[in-house]
Amino acid sequence: MTRSFLRLIIGISALLLFQTLLSSCSQGGKSGEEDRIGREYNVTEIKGEEIAVLTPPPFVPPPITRNYATKVIVELEVIEHEMELADGVSYMFWTFGGTVPGSFIRIREGDFVEFHLKNHPDNKLPHNIDLHAVTGQGGGAEASFVAPGYEATFNFTALNPGLYVYHCATAPVGMHIANGMYGLILVEPKEGLPKVDKEFYVMQGDFYTTGNYGESGLQPFDMNKAIREQADYVVFNGRVGALTGNNVLKAKTGETVRLFVGNGGPNLVSSFHVIGEVFDNVYMEGGRLKNHDIQTTLIPAGGSAITEFKVEVPGNFILVDHSIFRAFNKGALGILAVEGEENDRIFSHKTEPYTYIPETRIARAEPAGGTTEPAPELSMEEQLILGKKLYEVNCAACHLPDGKGVAGIFPPLAASDYMSGNPDKAIAAVVNGLSGEIKVNGVNYNNVMPKQTLTDTETAAVLNFIYATMNKSETRVTATQVRKIRK
Amino acid sequence: MSIVYRILFSSALLVAAFNLRAQTPAGMAMIPEGNYLPLYAGNNRTSVAPFYIDKHPVTNGEFLKFLESEPGWKKSAVKRLFADEGYLKHWVSDGMYRSAEKNSPVVNISWFAAKKYCECQGKRLPTTAEWERVAEAGWTVADGSREPGFNEWILAMASKPAPRSLPAVGTTKANYYGVWDMHGLVWEWTLDFNSIMSTGESRAATGSGDGLFCAGGSATSGDVSNYAAFLRYALRSSLKAGHVLQNLGFRCAADKK
Repeated sequence: MTRSFLRLIIGISALLLFQTLLSSCSQGGKSGEEDRIGREYNVTEIKGEEIAVLTPPPFVPPPITRNYATKVIVELEVIEHEMELADGVSYMFWTFGGTVPGSFIRIREGDFVEFHLKNHPDNKLPHNIDLHAVTGQGGGAEASFVAPGYEATFNFTALNPGLYVYHCATAPVGMHIANGMYGLILVEPKEGLPKVDKEFYVMQGDFYTTGNYGESGLQPFDMNKAIREQADYVVFNGRVGALTGNNVLKAKTGETVRLFVGNGGPNLVSSFHVIGEVFDNVYMEGGRLKNHDIQTTLIPAGGSAITEFKVEVPGNFILVDHSIFRAFNKGALGILAVEGEENDRIFSHKTEPYTYIPETRIARAEPAGGTTEPAPELSMEEQLILGKKLYEVNCAACHLPDGKGVAGIFPPLAASDYMSGNPDKAIAAVVNGLSGEIKVNGVNYNNVMPKQTLTDTETAAVLNFIYATMNKSETRVTATQVRKIRK
Repeated sequence: MSIVYRILFSSALLVAAFNLRAQTPAGMAMIPEGNYLPLYAGNNRTSVAPFYIDKHPVTNGEFLKFLESEPGWKKSAVKRLFADEGYLKHWVSDGMYRSAEKNSPVVNISWFAAKKYCECQGKRLPTTAEWERVAEAGWTVADGSREPGFNEWILAMASKPAPRSLPAVGTTKANYYGVWDMHGLVWEWTLDFNSIMSTGESRAATGSGDGLFCAGGSATSGDVSNYAAFLRYALRSSLKAGHVLQNLGFRCAADKK
């Protein structure tokens, strides 16, 4: 009896042990694969053939549903053409597929790729492609080197899964990359990526132009600035405003979002951050290591990251390079606009601002307003151009790019009865700040607007821009008027 | 006394100048013996014997005249081995270019056709060394890298979209030697376009042409910031002799006897 009981116990224990061994074995097998050195196991039987769907930014081709490796034909065209780098600023971009960044390519781990690189006959220069996903000479650079009007072909097996940068590697390499020749190729892991509601393609790049930021006209590449790594523009998806205004990324509350983020460089490393969100998951450097609860992820030039998060509350979530002058002065700014129900438990707007009366006074030097030199007055044409830029940088974040504001929080500047009232009040709000209760278009606001660090001339320009474009108003203010109102 | 000497001396100079001019063929410039810095030669300047070079690239008008005596090189007749499809594709027909482009550089021309043209003129294509020696010259000095704004100007030209219709030759700027359009109009064939190894001994030590890709070129280059030269070397090395490009023309050179 006791002996048989003992035997039973031993038997059960053995069974349990065996099971434990089995399960740890299968777990070990999975994690073991990625720890192995060498990926020849991905050279497997190829079934069938398909043509890769390529998408321009910010779009991403659909997830791969195949559970086998196939032959994928990629046809990518190099196009040199003039596009806008910012409003009124054009640049001769060299592109993969006509866009900056180039077309997004999505394949599966183990796929056998037949890559066609076509150099459009109208182009001036030879080009090639180095795909970081490729194991082989130059990532395909020498094999794909091709003169204008010709096409080069090469083949490779995608041995490693991950999100990889591709770029042109023709001499002078820096110039080809600086002109926009980069993009992303996703080699989806065999098991696929978890399903999400929205996927977007965002890629940062730095640009070097003869003129400074915002100088209009066709701006040639400035080699000396590029060598000194002094970028005039740092942008997402090839231009200032590629992800703002009418081009914002859109999602609804409760949706899960995946951003495939690359950095083409050529020089700068990105401190990628989304204002008002925390990345639930980050596939670090675009590889298999998943980190959690990340505020800012570092993306090297020629590198990538995949970030995943759920948008729990509505609002405009701002994509920035948190090397922050790049965001506010060089263009590295995009918007993920989330619509849907508020969730006050997660975030509530409704905290009433109240007056804060400090106990001590901070000693300050008097502002340099005491100057007697007259403020320079610009022509109205100049003011509207300057005003538009200043608006985007200083006003649009709260009052929104179209000036419509957010009811109850940020008052409208467009078609606004506050703006059609006494212009001295508008000037005062900009240069002296404004707090306390006001009524605009019949809606009450009780918020704080800090005074803006704009010169008299700049203040006049931005107000005149708002009057002329958002209010169809004849009202105009001068820098001299601004000077008088400034405290 | 000194006046006599001065007169004698200046007339001798005049005679010398006259002789020099008399020897230089029409439409060509004489490039004296000298040296230049090949892109892949470290810091070794390479000497180049004196030669003549066309002041302008060959035009559509000039090339049509050549076809009258060499009909085998017409669009309809050329052997595919000697020129890819697209040869002279900017011409409206076998024997006609758009009239506005008479004085524009002829493009969509293979190396074989360019070489034949020069030979029929009693000339030849310039070597890469000769071409680069002329291209090194600025507007007012023999070494363009010493001329403020010169390299920037070349790069700015590369940053401009290619025009729908090429302008006439002689519309950019003449350089120190009185040669036009070396930069900013079209790329040009050279006799040894596909053998960059011949331009400098140090190439031999670095192996094959892969120096043009990625960082290799920079490691051996005598002037890592000469982006304009990198563009030209890259273009040449992407070519095969039958290639025809919308932005690739040529000019001829000749030995100085």
